[in-house]
Amino acid sequence: MIHTARPDQRSTPPTARRAARALRPALRSAGLLASLGVLVGTVLASLRFGSLPLSTATAIEAFTAFDGSTEHLIVRELRLPRTVIGLGVGAALAVAGVALQAVTRNPLASPEILGVNAGAAFAVVAAVHLLGIVSPSAYVWFAFAGAFVAMVVVFLIASAGRDGATPIKLALSGAVVTALLTSWISAILVLDERTLDQVRFWLAGSLVGRDLDAFAEIAPFLLVGLAIGGAMVRQFDTMSLGESLAAGLGQRTRAVRALTVLAVVLLAGAAVAAAGPIAFIGLAVPHAVRAVVGPSHGWLLPYAAIYGAVLLLVADVLGRIVARPSEIEVGIMTAIIGAPFLVHLVRSRRLSQL
Amino acid sequence: MDELSLGVPDGRITCIIGPNGCGKSTLLRALARLLRPTAGAVLLDGRAIHRLPTKEVARHVGLLPQAPVAPQGLTVADLVARGRFPHRHLFDSWSCEDEAAVEQALTVTHTAELRDQQVDELSGGQRQRVWIAMALAQRTPVLLLDEPTTHLDIAHQLEVLELLAELNRSQQRTVVMVLHDLNEAARYGHHLVAMRAGRIVAEGPPGAVVTAETVRALFGIDSRILTDPVTGGPLLVPVARAGSSPVPAAGPPSPRESRPVADRQNPITGRG
Repeated sequence: MIHTARPDQRSTPPTARRAARALRPALRSAGLLASLGVLVGTVLASLRFGSLPLSTATAIEAFTAFDGSTEHLIVRELRLPRTVIGLGVGAALAVAGVALQAVTRNPLASPEILGVNAGAAFAVVAAVHLLGIVSPSAYVWFAFAGAFVAMVVVFLIASAGRDGATPIKLALSGAVVTALLTSWISAILVLDERTLDQVRFWLAGSLVGRDLDAFAEIAPFLLVGLAIGGAMVRQFDTMSLGESLAAGLGQRTRAVRALTVLAVVLLAGAAVAAAGPIAFIGLAVPHAVRAVVGPSHGWLLPYAAIYGAVLLLVADVLGRIVARPSEIEVGIMTAIIGAPFLVHLVRSRRLSQL
Repeated sequence: MDELSLGVPDGRITCIIGPNGCGKSTLLRALARLLRPTAGAVLLDGRAIHRLPTKEVARHVGLLPQAPVAPQGLTVADLVARGRFPHRHLFDSWSCEDEAAVEQALTVTHTAELRDQQVDELSGGQRQRVWIAMALAQRTPVLLLDEPTTHLDIAHQLEVLELLAELNRSQQRTVVMVLHDLNEAARYGHHLVAMRAGRIVAEGPPGAVVTAETVRALFGIDSRILTDPVTGGPLLVPVARAGSSPVPAAGPPSPRESRPVADRQNPITGRG
């Protein structure tokens, strides 16, 4: 047991102590501004790099002084959509992860554990197999519906019984539904080569060839999900102290859990519909951010949103560079970047228990 | 648990005692509105708490569950501030009243100098004081605590119980706590509630509840009740499980039984 109350702390003048305490929120605010700077830099990089590298000036002129050149067309028609979608998807996945980890108090909680990715993937694979859908922009609504149905099923299974949807029951039913859907996906893909050829890039998670118009249709769901998450900051703070304490503090725990699942369905459903199943961001980003800014959700949520977007865009840019002139799907890159990162967090013992 | 009727005296310390699994914690959770009775009601100043909004209840009754765990990295000040939750609406900013409640809670629990430290780095006694500070920041006239002294050594147990007694004395807070140690309950409780198998077996001041008969009825053990030389209240000394004979104390061995010290593996019974 560590006694950290050193006697000399009593002699610290109260003013000095208050100043030290006031500095920390100031530092966090400054850090938030700096993080926005990082985000802007990442967006610029995403507009510049690819099979045809461009200068920053060209990337900016594509918007300020569009001249119809190939370079400008590449920026506006190819790189802008994937950057905008990457921003939304990265932020949505990270915020969904923070919300789920707070409410379930489970450090492994992330949207994919509630079956969202498996549900979306199954719906898309089934649509391609049965209905012969060809265009990826038509996948969007199947993916969204699949994610939604899978999470509702997971929540209903977990809600059965006396205690309602407890964290452990949510995780278990999520694992069961995911396993079931994954085996059905495998069954279809093994039997139907045409479907496999068509969906394998989508299944890896990718920002290529996504349609900004289709994304604009999903974006409202994503924004509503972000708004619900943002309004529940104090509820997350209270819930992370445990069910009994939250209830003792006057929290309506069932309502908060249900609202959180709704927010996660909107966020993760929109994300998987836009970019396909992307793992690791919902898990790794909340942990990394928590290790730096601490467990207060008022800070966790905005930081996670920014770095979720940054991680996804960086992964996408790297995917364009490492295999030039070809590309590696962003879903593969997030796992390649995210896994060592998570291992590092575990080894440095900065992975917080919840 | 059925047919249970209990009145908690205002401004006093009530201790609920009884064997494991007798329903002590269940009763406490029902009092805190965490469980809804299938029949009957819990009344708070004459109103049924299950009809009241949760936040309204949380402004009158604070609850500290058994062995709470704070998220890693949470500072003492942040934890105590979370006790203000029932007093704040969705978009309320942090008010002077919130700040004053937190400061007062830190002061009376002697945790003000720990405010910038992380809760998970504190000693057991300090940590429990900080949790009590969080419950105090809630500013409720009634405080419910589920075994506030479990997992604490005797010095920390004393520290926590003295703090609760002090809060009751100086602020007239009504305290209801589940305690395992009958002697602690007898020393700090004004009103004792003895439970077994979901029913109240005895209720009243310590002198009337801590008797050899009640202890046998509760735990099935024979005991002697002495007078606590410090407080003058009852002091329980267990003799043996009812029907068996006591094991002799492991005092200094008589010359006849004397054996090499290394042989004596079990210091409790004195047997090798």
